[in-house]
Amino acid sequence: MTELCDLTASELTGKLRAGEASSAEVTESCLRRIDAVDAKTAAFLTRTDDVAREQAARADERLGAGEAPATTGIPLALKDVLTTNGIRTTCGSKILETYVPPYDSTAWARLKAAGSVLLGKTNCDEFAMGSSNENSAYGPVHNPWDLDTVPGGSSGGSAAAVAAGEAVWALGTDTGGSVRQPASLCGVVGLKPTYGLISRYGLIAFASSLDTVGTFTRSVRDAALLLSVLAGKDPMDATSLDEAPRDYTQGLDQDVAGLRVGVVREAFGEGVQPGVRASVQAGIDRLTELGASVGEVSLPHTDYALSAYYLIAPSEASSNLARYDGVRYGLRVAGADSVEMMSRTRGAGFGPEVKRRIMLGTYALSAGYYDAYYGQAQKVRTLIIRDYEQAFADFDVLVSPTSPTTAFRIGERADDPLSMYLSDVFTIPANLAGVPAISLPSGLDEAGLPVGLQLTAPILGEPMLLRVAHALEGAIGFDARPALLG
Amino acid sequence: MPVEIDIEHVAKLARLDLTAEEKERLKAQLGLILEHAAKVGEVATADVPPTASAIPRANVLRPDEPTPSIGPDAALSNAPEAEDQRFRVPRIVEVE
Repeated sequence: MTELCDLTASELTGKLRAGEASSAEVTESCLRRIDAVDAKTAAFLTRTDDVAREQAARADERLGAGEAPATTGIPLALKDVLTTNGIRTTCGSKILETYVPPYDSTAWARLKAAGSVLLGKTNCDEFAMGSSNENSAYGPVHNPWDLDTVPGGSSGGSAAAVAAGEAVWALGTDTGGSVRQPASLCGVVGLKPTYGLISRYGLIAFASSLDTVGTFTRSVRDAALLLSVLAGKDPMDATSLDEAPRDYTQGLDQDVAGLRVGVVREAFGEGVQPGVRASVQAGIDRLTELGASVGEVSLPHTDYALSAYYLIAPSEASSNLARYDGVRYGLRVAGADSVEMMSRTRGAGFGPEVKRRIMLGTYALSAGYYDAYYGQAQKVRTLIIRDYEQAFADFDVLVSPTSPTTAFRIGERADDPLSMYLSDVFTIPANLAGVPAISLPSGLDEAGLPVGLQLTAPILGEPMLLRVAHALEGAIGFDARPALLG
Repeated sequence: MPVEIDIEHVAKLARLDLTAEEKERLKAQLGLILEHAAKVGEVATADVPPTASAIPRANVLRPDEPTPSIGPDAALSNAPEAEDQRFRVPRIVEVE
């Protein structure tokens, strides 16, 4: 049965204003759903029921006074890499098991000021490194569509929570696909905006030149609503862009007739499951029916993006994660001197994937190897950016599958890092180029698992991206429900 | 060919205490990953400039004005060991 927690934020906003529901009721609906299903999904690492109830009460006061922004009173989940003042933030790691940040991330601070209700912090791959959520030190998340499969990663908890109605919407982070790929595997909408459009302040760093805050929602309009609150310059993040605040829901309803849509040739090759190919192709056919001008486009360096990413991201990570030294926060394991203390702390506190990437990055940056690995990868990044510049000279948006496969079984790829990394082969290029991209459900494969279709636009092309996604969403009419919800 | 790496040296640079089993596994896995990653050398020719950030920003300045900050108690609230408003660490310098 559909309950309040199953509605979109846009639907709830109307009900809250019309007095047909209160934020307290919507919040209790989410909490009941968490009670009912979270033992199966393991989407949450920390629940904040008391905070949620208090914020819902305040939201209802604001709504009663008639001065509430559109996001007021809507229950939200945050990936556990975004800091929350006074609320434990673990990054899915044992090294931060007891870390309670003394400050709010800007993304959460903005939503809090706009009346958001925090349900809790969601499970993720350790330090956002992974594509299946199996790298969490607190155990894997289970996909609500099939509990034996992964939800994707690294923001798997946020994706599963939104898919299962445990939250109306959620924030994640996307460094190489960590919002779009789990959104694809869980049948929800995942938006990765332009790099720098949302402040990274309080996003605990993985790879700073790639890290992007993103959103999980059950509609494109909801993604636009959230982005309208989150986007904008932040003096606490020097890389945040100087963009004037705007309402991203404006222009969503414009049609797409005459727009030029490029189908990325390289994203339909070997390794793409037939069910994924068929569903995305059907989505492309909908765009043609809507009057868009669809043609083929090439991003010739796609094959090299994965290699470049697995040098650049670990290199930045090895530097960023140097801060976990047992001195200022987190775990400390005693040692005879400071170096031994640091090495033991890090050896005990980090899990296998994080160690793998720290070692990879340390090697790629070390004397004698820097030019051959990190230096070359940075050049490939230039080539990827040029690919997009050429593609966007001819097309308004690009279309591809979000991931080559639907949800795979828990454990299936756990011992094979390279095959796991391939899960992000179509999402990584957008991070390297900084361009915005969105994944929306295009249908189900033969096993009944959701398929994601990815749209990509030029830097700061969010209005165009959301407009095409919204039109396509309406034409596809995806209304399937995860098996978990009956 | 998988890349041969000096795992002891890299672990020392990374300040990472690894077990013998971890070292063995990482040596094999990193060798394979680096073999794949070395593909970047195939296309990155000398005339291609490197990119560090997709949207480069330089000299982002703000007015140099004092603003409230979190204060020593909050800053030390997560410290494994603290003393006299300082982070306490093992001895770094030998004293005669």
